[in-house]
Formats: sequence, structure tokens, C-alpha cells
Amino acid sequence: MLRYILRRVLLLIPVLLGVAFCVFTLLYFTPGDPARMVLGDLATDEAIKEFRDKEGLNDPFLVQFGNYVYKAVAHGDIGRSYSTKRPVMTEILTAFPYTLKLSAFAMVIAILIGIPCGIISAIKQYSWFDTVTMIFAMVGLSMPVFWLGLLLILLFAVHLRWLPSSGFSTFKAMILPSVALAAQSISMVTRMTRSSMLEVVRADYIRTARSKGQNESIVIGVHALRNALIPVVTLCGLQFGQLLSGAILTESIFAVPGVGRLMVNAIMTRDYPMVQGGVLFVAVTFSIVNLLVDLLYAYIDPRIKAELK
Amino acid sequence: MTNDLMLDIRDLTIHYETDSGVVHAVEGLNLQLGRGESLGFVGETGAGKTTTALGVMRLIPNPPGKIKSGEILFEGEDLLRKSEAEMRKIRGAKIAMIFQDPMTSLNPVMTVDKQIAEMIKLHRSVSEHEALKQAGDMLELVGIRRERMHDYPHQFSGGMKQRVVIAIALACDPALLIADEPTTALDVTIQAQVLELMKKLKERFSASMILITHDLGIVADICDKVAIMYAGRVVEYADKRSLYTNPLHPYTIGLFKSVPDIDEDVDELPVIPGLMPDPMDLPAGCAFHPRCSMAEERCAKERPQMCELEPGHFVACPVRVGGRGPSPSGMLGKA
Repeated sequence: MLRYILRRVLLLIPVLLGVAFCVFTLLYFTPGDPARMVLGDLATDEAIKEFRDKEGLNDPFLVQFGNYVYKAVAHGDIGRSYSTKRPVMTEILTAFPYTLKLSAFAMVIAILIGIPCGIISAIKQYSWFDTVTMIFAMVGLSMPVFWLGLLLILLFAVHLRWLPSSGFSTFKAMILPSVALAAQSISMVTRMTRSSMLEVVRADYIRTARSKGQNESIVIGVHALRNALIPVVTLCGLQFGQLLSGAILTESIFAVPGVGRLMVNAIMTRDYPMVQGGVLFVAVTFSIVNLLVDLLYAYIDPRIKAELK
Repeated sequence: MTNDLMLDIRDLTIHYETDSGVVHAVEGLNLQLGRGESLGFVGETGAGKTTTALGVMRLIPNPPGKIKSGEILFEGEDLLRKSEAEMRKIRGAKIAMIFQDPMTSLNPVMTVDKQIAEMIKLHRSVSEHEALKQAGDMLELVGIRRERMHDYPHQFSGGMKQRVVIAIALACDPALLIADEPTTALDVTIQAQVLELMKKLKERFSASMILITHDLGIVADICDKVAIMYAGRVVEYADKRSLYTNPLHPYTIGLFKSVPDIDEDVDELPVIPGLMPDPMDLPAGCAFHPRCSMAEERCAKERPQMCELEPGHFVACPVRVGGRGPSPSGMLGKA
């Protein structure tokens, strides 16, 4: 098991190098001069030349990339933001707790609502509960988050005045963004739980459990659920990874000062080191969440644990 | 007389009501089983054998399955009138079932000792610790070393998984054991081992047994009585010797003819012409008449009744019964 974890962590190195290279290339070819963006339209040509020299923007592409990787590996330095002049790492670490809180909150909502709804839908297939749930899931899945976000603000912040429309400092302020962000995950978790459960309750071992004289709640809650949760765990992991890396729209609408908003702003202002650092950070979080999910997976399914050994 | 009957199924009818029509899986089935007897329940795939067995356990998936009519008397009491809670006390404790495919019959995320102990804890008031100890004893009884009790099903071979399934079924010493094609999914050498084990354990636990199979050889090896099932009905019922030496129903005769003989050298096995009828649209009268070489005009009209042609040998075929007066099927019992 430890060897497996170690191997997965080592595998992160080529992944991160690849991600860094892709982002670097993309940014290199993106039109727009960062120097001009940072110094403004009124800056003199000398000032711009000086900035480009200082930041190494005139070096050949591969030299720039090599310098970046060298600094990152040797000094743990992934540059300073062009616009705020503060280290990129500091900026990200300030913003990340907000994103983490928002994602975790959304994920908890998705799990708490999605899994029970999925189970009930499956055991009462074609009932009115099932139909209503599936309609809601369909709506939740197809509604874009920016639109749902605006609707929620309109209803709860503007008309009812129950909850604040932006910010992320109090628990009350966290509710709307989390719900908006969770909508799609709730729908996906519900649908996945339902379909997985439907498959499992027809399995032979469920019939075996019933033939022992076991009562229905244990047959469903113990025998069926643990097997049905295996694909749901994968889905939740992927979702959580995605939420962590890109609640960009939600963060923008509700003015949450998280990583997503940080990156959007960085892209707007051609803040190369910031974008680069942000994407790398997202790649790392995504990989770590994936690793954790795989380990959890092994905990739930002994067959996979056996493969890891 | 009814008192020595362990199981008496009367006129059982089970339908699956699907969107495309009603499937007549079991249609007016009668079957008896005495205490300590083993009955071979033989028929083609789709004849309704498994449905009958699940009906006895009251585990027919509903919807779409539904027990339409009939009685299932187990030790004199009608199982169809029992509440779900009463049935749960019977399942596992008095009637236990071994399922067809050992590969999928065990919960993949639970260790085998826990799966056996679950059965024991449900029907006996013992502690967790004691239940697990008994689970280990059961495993040893079916020939699996105790050290392996904490293993998961995927760590066992197919034959061993079936042994675990047998251990679960026998864990609470059931009066009736229903084995649904217990060896179909296993290869031949393992089949023999598992059958030998079942034979031994059945005697040791002095249980009655219904063995569902389509293998006449297995029946000859293990059973006392044989019931031949065709399209939802029992067409012939007799003790093993009588049925093997003197099969009466044309379908049974056809079945025996299609078994290869080790001493004879034939190029092609005689088979019963035609296919099993569509269970959504069974032929009128005797369901077998379209494929039957002995069929007469009346076979398409009247539904055949079970008649006792020889002592203890019942057959549902008007042609065979011929001039003899039909005996009412309700009289069918231990001769």
C-alpha cells in the first residue's frame, strides 16, 4: 500500500511538468503584452523594454521555461504576481481556504442530499418520488451555474432579503454560493446512486441475503449500499476535484475571493506567473484528491485492495 | 398422511406481468416432498424450476412476478398466508436455498465468515463471537480450512465459493434445502466434489432436499424421487427407479433418448423436435402436444390431469393414461 502511494506521488512529477509546459506554451502564444498590461497604456517604450528584460520576457521560449522550472524546483519559487508584486504562492494560499470551504460545503450538501435521494428513487423505482427526483436531477444538471446563481440571489437576497448576495465571511453568506455550486453535483450523485443501486439490488448476493431471512432495511442499507457506493465514491472524488479547481463562475458571481476568481483576474491582466502558478496548484490538488479517492476506493472494495498489494 | 409431507405444493400458478405480456412461468403446479426425501426437479431452461423454488421462499421479484393462486403447505402450514415477518423466520432457518451461480451469490465486499455468521445471528440467539466461531466450524465442515475464514469471496475458486454458499445454507440446520442447479457453473471434477459433499451433508443434517437440475445423471446419483417439469407444469412424478426404468410421459422419454449412451455408437443423438413454447403464449390443452410424437386430437383440447398409472408413478398425459379413469390430482401423495 505504501509503495503504491509512493509510486502515485512520484507519478505527479511528470504530470506537473507536462501541465507546466502546456500552460507555458499556451500563454507564450497568447496575444497581448504583459508589460503593457502591467505598466498601462501611458508607459514609455524604455519602461516596457526594462520590464521585459527584468522579467526575462525577451529570452527564447525554452530558456524561459527552463528558468521557470529551475526556480520552482531549486527554490520553490514560482514567481511573483506582476500586478500585486507579491509571491504567487502567498496569493494562492490566501485564496485557497475560501475555495476549499466552498467546495467542501457544496460536496457535503451533494452527498447528504444525493445519496439518500438516489437510494429511495432506486428502491421505489417508478414511484412519484422517483419521478419528481429524476425531474429535479435533470433540471439541476442542465441549469448553468451562473443562471442558477443569479436566480438564487434574486430570490433570497433581493426579494426575501434572507441571505447576503456576496462575500464569504459568515456562515449565512456561504449558503447561496454553496447551494448554487452543489446543484450539479447533487444531480449527478443522485443519478449515479440510483442507477448503481438499481443494478446492485438485482444482484444474486442480494437474493442470497434475503434468502437468509435478513430484513429489508439491512439488505438495502448494508449489503446493497456498500456495493452501490463504489462508483458513487469515484464520482464524488472527481466532482470534488473539479469543484476545488474551478468554481470560477460561482466565485465570480458571489464575489468569493477564492482561487477561481484569482485565476480569472490573472488571465484578464496577463499576469503570467499567477496563471501559471494557479494552474499548477489546481493540477496538484486534483491529483491529490484523485489519489485519496483511489485509496478510499480500496477501503470500500476489497478486490481493489488486493490489486494494490 | 399429510403429516409426513414436508412440502405440498397445490395448484401453484406464478405469472410475470411484463409490459409485453403475461409470462406463465408456473401454471397449476402440484408437487409433494416427504420428510427426509430428496427430489430431483428436472426440466429445460425456462420450464419454471427456479421460479417454483423462489415461490417457495416467497422471493419472487415483485413486480413483475406474482403468485396468482395455489397453496404451498410447508409442514402443514400455507406459506402464502404468512406475513413477511413470519417468512423471514422461515427463510434460512427452516428452508434454505443454494443458488445457481456461486461467482455472484456472495457479497463481494464482506468476508465469508461474516456472511455465514449473519445467517447464524439471524436465527439463533448467540453473540457475535460465538456466531463467528460457528461460522468457522461450518467452513471446516464443507472442507475449507479455518484460517481462510477472514478471506473475501474473490480470494476463493468457484468450487470453494459454492462450498461457502452451502455452508451458509446449512448453517442453521434447515429442514428443507433447495439447491438450484448448484453445480451448473462449476467444471466437471469440482461438480463431483460438490455433489458428494451435498449428499454427505444432507444425510448428516437429515434435511429434505429439492435439487433443481437439467442433468439426469446428477438426479440418478442423489435423489429418491424425480419430478419432470415442462412449460410450468409437472408432467411426470415418480420414484427414481420407476422413472428411470420405465419413463411414461413422451417428454420424459424424449429426454432420456437425448442422453448419450456410453456403450452405443450413434452418429447423431435423437432430439425432441421443436422448441419450448413461448411462456407468454402456451399452447392450449397439453403444452407439449405440438412437439409430441404420440399426440392425438384431444391433446390440443383438454388440459391433462395427473394420474397414478403405477403405484407411486404419476403422469399427466391423456394418451398414456388411455382408457384408465383419471385419479384426481389432489390424491397425489406418498404411495
